[in-house]
Amino acid sequence: MADRSGTPLVEMRDVSVSFGGIKAVDHVTIDLHPGEVVGLLGHNGAGKSTLIKCLSGAYKMDAGEIYIDGKLVDIQNPRDARAHNIETIYQTLALADNLDAASNLFLGRELITPAGLVDDARMEAETRKIMARLNPNFKKFNAPVKALSGGQRQSVAIARAVYFNARILVMDEPTAALGPQETQMVAELIEQLKAQGIGIFLIEHDVHSVMNLCDRASVMKNGQLVGTVDVDKVTDEDILSMIILGKRPEVAAS
Amino acid sequence: MADASASGTSIGRKNIFKTLEFDTRLLGMVGAFVLVCIVFNVLTEGRFLTPRNIFNLTIQTVSVAIMATGMVFIIVTRHIDLSVGALLATCSAIMAMTQTQFLPSLGIDYGSPLMAPVAIVVGLLAGGLIGAFHGWLVGYLTIPAFIVTLGGFLVWRNVAWYLTSGQTIGPLDDTFQKLGGIGGTLGTTASWVIGALAVAAACYGILQARRARIAHEFPVKPVWAEATLMALAAALILGFVATLNAYSVPTRVLAREFEARGEVMPQGFTQGYGIPFSVLILIAVAVVMTVVARRTRLGRYIFATGGNPDAAELSGINTRLLTVKVFAMMGVLCALAGMVASARLSFHSNDIGTLDELRVIAAAVIGGTALAGGIGTIYGAILGALIMQSLQSGMAMVGVDAPFQNIVVGAVLVLAVLIDIIYRKKTGDV
Repeated sequence: MADRSGTPLVEMRDVSVSFGGIKAVDHVTIDLHPGEVVGLLGHNGAGKSTLIKCLSGAYKMDAGEIYIDGKLVDIQNPRDARAHNIETIYQTLALADNLDAASNLFLGRELITPAGLVDDARMEAETRKIMARLNPNFKKFNAPVKALSGGQRQSVAIARAVYFNARILVMDEPTAALGPQETQMVAELIEQLKAQGIGIFLIEHDVHSVMNLCDRASVMKNGQLVGTVDVDKVTDEDILSMIILGKRPEVAAS
Repeated sequence: MADASASGTSIGRKNIFKTLEFDTRLLGMVGAFVLVCIVFNVLTEGRFLTPRNIFNLTIQTVSVAIMATGMVFIIVTRHIDLSVGALLATCSAIMAMTQTQFLPSLGIDYGSPLMAPVAIVVGLLAGGLIGAFHGWLVGYLTIPAFIVTLGGFLVWRNVAWYLTSGQTIGPLDDTFQKLGGIGGTLGTTASWVIGALAVAAACYGILQARRARIAHEFPVKPVWAEATLMALAAALILGFVATLNAYSVPTRVLAREFEARGEVMPQGFTQGYGIPFSVLILIAVAVVMTVVARRTRLGRYIFATGGNPDAAELSGINTRLLTVKVFAMMGVLCALAGMVASARLSFHSNDIGTLDELRVIAAAVIGGTALAGGIGTIYGAILGALIMQSLQSGMAMVGVDAPFQNIVVGAVLVLAVLIDIIYRKKTGDV
């Protein structure tokens, strides 16, 4: 159980985003503490991905504030987010299909030689090191990632977030395209990262894995926050009724 | 039995290519090029593969090949540039006007050593700025590149016309003219030196790559494979130099040169042309562009953006600025190509570079650049330009009528892309 007495690692306060008159996110406030996993749940179109993309710099908020370690920050683009050690693993696997694993892992942050050229050999060596830790079965280092399976691609995406010492990790349905064994791998990884004090926002559809992996769950419906609950104090049914009916359970409001 | 042995050898051959880590697509293109050469050599009764014709082929290819290297980056980032021929004309006009009007009006007259360098710098700057402007329209104002450069095609063709009032501008500066081709060559000795340096550089590159892999304990090719690669590179480079050196300056030209110096030409004196300066420029462009593509962040971002623009953007790459850079490079290369083209003609003509946009795009595409983006090589584009030029001049030598020449070139372009599609489907290659 994460310690939630200190300053939150991330606080998104009163965030609103609209697309052409439709409020995709409507005055939502969520927070995240170090070493904590917060699940974001809701139907498709509930606004979870939109909300979280404001944190990773892919979208701009219309209103609201983001605080990191209690300090107001301005995130305009993905570069700003990276500068605050926010790493995102997208549902759509933001990989360049035509490049190999090492090029993707280091994309935007290449290692360079003293002469200013890209140091492919060193990047491949680093990639081999981190993949040996995350996914020892990974062997295709010289193939474009197009040639990889869903799980292998996902491990490249995760390796990218882990390698650069993320403090805040956003995972948008990280197991959606994976088989059972690979899903297990991701679950173990989340435990590992949590133990290192990393805060994780986990967007998930599957209530069961939220109950297993998360400390708290924030449920959204029609762009609004239904509520945030401690998963220990509620049942699967409570969360489901929050998702489906938008009804806040009487008990464990946190 | 026959079947078994046939498949046996084909597997063996595949393994050899695999061990050498040859790009099969490159082999295909080289094969096509060799085939074109042999067919025309037979049809022309041996006149196609003479040092003289090979020399001419190389200098005719330079201008389009220089632009094709830039077009690779444009197409890899999922854009297109239809304005390169027109932009070449504008840059060429600016360089010609600088030499005949602007500089003389500043008191720098014909024959001044400042003439050529100033004209070239002005031309390259103009090309770079116009290209960057195209890139800004495409990247920041999000107008499709097709439209921007279709407009540019009309605009720059006629800016060139306006600048020169449609007249032929010349003669150009003597030093400037040397960059065009036959008027400026290295001579045999210097060509051999350059060839030797190139061989040394190629071998050093192969060794260095091997050392880096060993240092990180990656698998490496067997020593014999590396040695074969080095020998092949050396043979190709030295063979090319030998061919260009074997093309001798006609005796009449030599005699005139001696006369001009007030000397008498010794009996039996001969002199080879060697590598033309324009070909050296192309080689330099090819090396620089290949390094940019493979070993710089800029190149990595160009290919990443082509492969998945969203991923590139989410990885923190400024794809808008990248578009400006790519188009600016294309503009500079157009100016460079304009310099070579007008220097070769020794004047600027109003129709210079007409239809070059299509030749350049065709060269890049025949060279394996995928219009869907993300894939393409610099050497492929240059080879593509060489294949196109060989076809064109080969047919001219055989005496094929002009309309048929263009019909064949057009058909070959479509066929090349079809073969590429089939190849990719078969191999599942990207």
